Amino acid sequence: MAVSRTLEPPQVRMGPGEWVRKNLLSPWYNALLTIAGLWFLYEVGRGLAVWALTQARWDVITHNIRLFLVGQFPPDQVQRVWLGLLLSSLLFGLSGGLWSGTMRQFAHALGLAFFVLAFLPASWVTRGWLIGNLAAILLGYGVGAWGRGSPRCGRALRYATIGGWLLFFLVLILLLSGFSGSRVLPRVEASLWGGLLLTFLLSLVSIILSFPLGVLLALGRRSVLPIVRLFSILYIELIRGVPLVTVLFMADIMLPLFLPEGLRIDRIVRAMAGFTLFSAAYVAENVRGGLQAIPEGQIEAARALGLNGLQTTLLIVLPQALRLVVPANVGQFISLFKDTSLVAIMGLLELLGIGKAVLANPAYMGLQREVYLFVAVVYGVFSYAMSYASRRLEIALGVGER
Amino acid sequence: MRPHSATPFWRSERVPQAAAQVLFIVIVALVAGFLYSNLVHALHRKGLSAGFGFLSLEAGFRIGETPIPYDPGDSYGRAFLVGVLNTLRVTGVGILLATLLGLVAGVARLSPNWLIRQITAAYVELIRNTPLLVQLVFWYYAVIFKMPPIQKSLSLGGVLLISQRGVALPSLSVTPAFYPWLGVLMLGTITAWLLWRVRQRYQDATGRPGYAWLLAIGIWVLLVAVGWGVLGHPLVWERPRIVGPTYEGGAVLTPEFAALLVGLVVYTGAFIAEVVRGGILSVRKGQIEAARALGLREGQILRLIILPQALRVIIPPLTSQYLNLAKNSSLAIAVGFPDLFSVGKTIFNQTGQPVPAVALVMGSYLVMSLFTSLLMNIYNRRVRFLEK
Repeated sequence: MAVSRTLEPPQVRMGPGEWVRKNLLSPWYNALLTIAGLWFLYEVGRGLAVWALTQARWDVITHNIRLFLVGQFPPDQVQRVWLGLLLSSLLFGLSGGLWSGTMRQFAHALGLAFFVLAFLPASWVTRGWLIGNLAAILLGYGVGAWGRGSPRCGRALRYATIGGWLLFFLVLILLLSGFSGSRVLPRVEASLWGGLLLTFLLSLVSIILSFPLGVLLALGRRSVLPIVRLFSILYIELIRGVPLVTVLFMADIMLPLFLPEGLRIDRIVRAMAGFTLFSAAYVAENVRGGLQAIPEGQIEAARALGLNGLQTTLLIVLPQALRLVVPANVGQFISLFKDTSLVAIMGLLELLGIGKAVLANPAYMGLQREVYLFVAVVYGVFSYAMSYASRRLEIALGVGER
Repeated sequence: MRPHSATPFWRSERVPQAAAQVLFIVIVALVAGFLYSNLVHALHRKGLSAGFGFLSLEAGFRIGETPIPYDPGDSYGRAFLVGVLNTLRVTGVGILLATLLGLVAGVARLSPNWLIRQITAAYVELIRNTPLLVQLVFWYYAVIFKMPPIQKSLSLGGVLLISQRGVALPSLSVTPAFYPWLGVLMLGTITAWLLWRVRQRYQDATGRPGYAWLLAIGIWVLLVAVGWGVLGHPLVWERPRIVGPTYEGGAVLTPEFAALLVGLVVYTGAFIAEVVRGGILSVRKGQIEAARALGLREGQILRLIILPQALRVIIPPLTSQYLNLAKNSSLAIAVGFPDLFSVGKTIFNQTGQPVPAVALVMGSYLVMSLFTSLLMNIYNRRVRFLEK
């Protein structure tokens, strides 16, 4: 019997000359566009290179690098920040060893970053910490890779790593704030946290707190109870209708008034409250999208199996819905990370705020280009890394495929 | 023995639902009551009221940029109105320019030219991965502030002048001949429209080319040009000049306005580019191939096949980009532009009235947001796909 075979489409092999002709030169107006593009790149690149290498005064960054990284965190206590970083390196190493894919790439990238940074001119203490971090990653990676090999230990190690990540954030906050009266970990007021450290803390705390709040609001908006629904809708639409600055402004000036007399909260905590309240509304809308995508049949099947409302929501609907909305929520968290720069308007000293404070120093007058470019690059590196991770996660979770 | 009784009332689904709602209301009311009483006590302690009575008091502060006449002797209410108008001004112009930029960049990202594609991709990624606030302060302090002083203004063909003092553009000003010419303009438009209709109908009826657009635009240009010549210049370009330390004539954008506008347009343009790209990619390839097979020209394919279908996908996310632009304009305070948030904050600093200040600012943004989404929803309904 003749087997009908589909012919493969003919392989088009394009030489470099043909590629250039096809992608850059034809028709004639594309050639003009290419010339304009090349000219543009040349001008911008040359201008940037000349400025960055001959005119820019990068000493404003190198002399203030401590301020940019940790703000006014007491210099004699800075090892606590390093210790926190060491813990995260260990966890990144473990995760990289245990799971392939994005986590592994991140562990590699982080290890490489520490390796490169250790060659930069810095004090031997700093260098020691950097090498220690590299060692922590390698250690974690080794242990993780070993655990991956043995089925029984691997499972325990995986749970331990996930638990470690969850515990890490709590430990980090305690490590940084310390305890009043303690000699080992003396208290460091939150108002002294600054720079990149504050940027990270603001985004971490707000992300972790706004997620459950957002899920609750989304469930409320889909609730059968009209009053709960109305409340959720009002909250979500109200917050989404106003800019973040106004929410932060409200948190800054009104929150103290809402609290009982005598209870004072730090401005950083107020900012975190503002970010959490704001981000929760956006998370809620993302989660609602996921909830709506769950077919009615799933809920009916759960009911038929005898699950009650709460069980249906917790065991059937939410796990599926949350998986669907991971990419949207990562996007929301990236924009929250970038939006933490808004606390500079409130006068807090996160990365951008520190930049402004440094520029106020007469020794560094007129160096706005250097400082703001540096700030932008730092933000850019981290948010690009996050959006890269989110794209990988999207593929790994198979969103839109299953 | 009584017959089998009905299900007890508390087993009905409604009862636990009603109970849950009552419980919810009680909890919300308790929390709200607690917060409210704290607020009242705190306001009382500080001797503040929560009313809007202060709006008619004298403001006493200057505002850098005023679209309507304002001086420090005017009321807080008028000061706030100036802020609202400033926000509307930057938002309106910003939306227009960001749409243009986004459209061009979105189409360029799909260009057959590899280099152009890469350059626009770099633009979009660079802008989307850095905070808007950092971009705004960069534009203001690191670009406009570093421009040459006004006497050495950068001049683009003598039309556009750029310096530390802002951007000066030529403006159109009206001469007495303008109003008669406006009549000619309207006459031309009506004639062109009638001609277009007649020729289009001829084409539809006979299938022979009617050259409707060509003839309509031709007659319009002819009439308007003849009117221009006969009436003498109804409009004149007024070029900005440097007079001492300021610009004179033309339209002058202050450094604050220029930085805010450029920042918002460049930022929102990158997001709109992604929206446009997604919309165009959502039109199935078969549609374009079918249009080609029917013999439509490239321009026609774009106008009649791609755009109507892409618009349906584009409009909803475009709306949220417009709303984002309006809300992001509140970052004006970082470059010292007196928008509604900035003026609201000044009012708060002067009066110390937190409640009305926050209510005013948030209320204004809410009204703007709701109004914009209403308009866009109406438009969206018009371009929506009518399912059979």
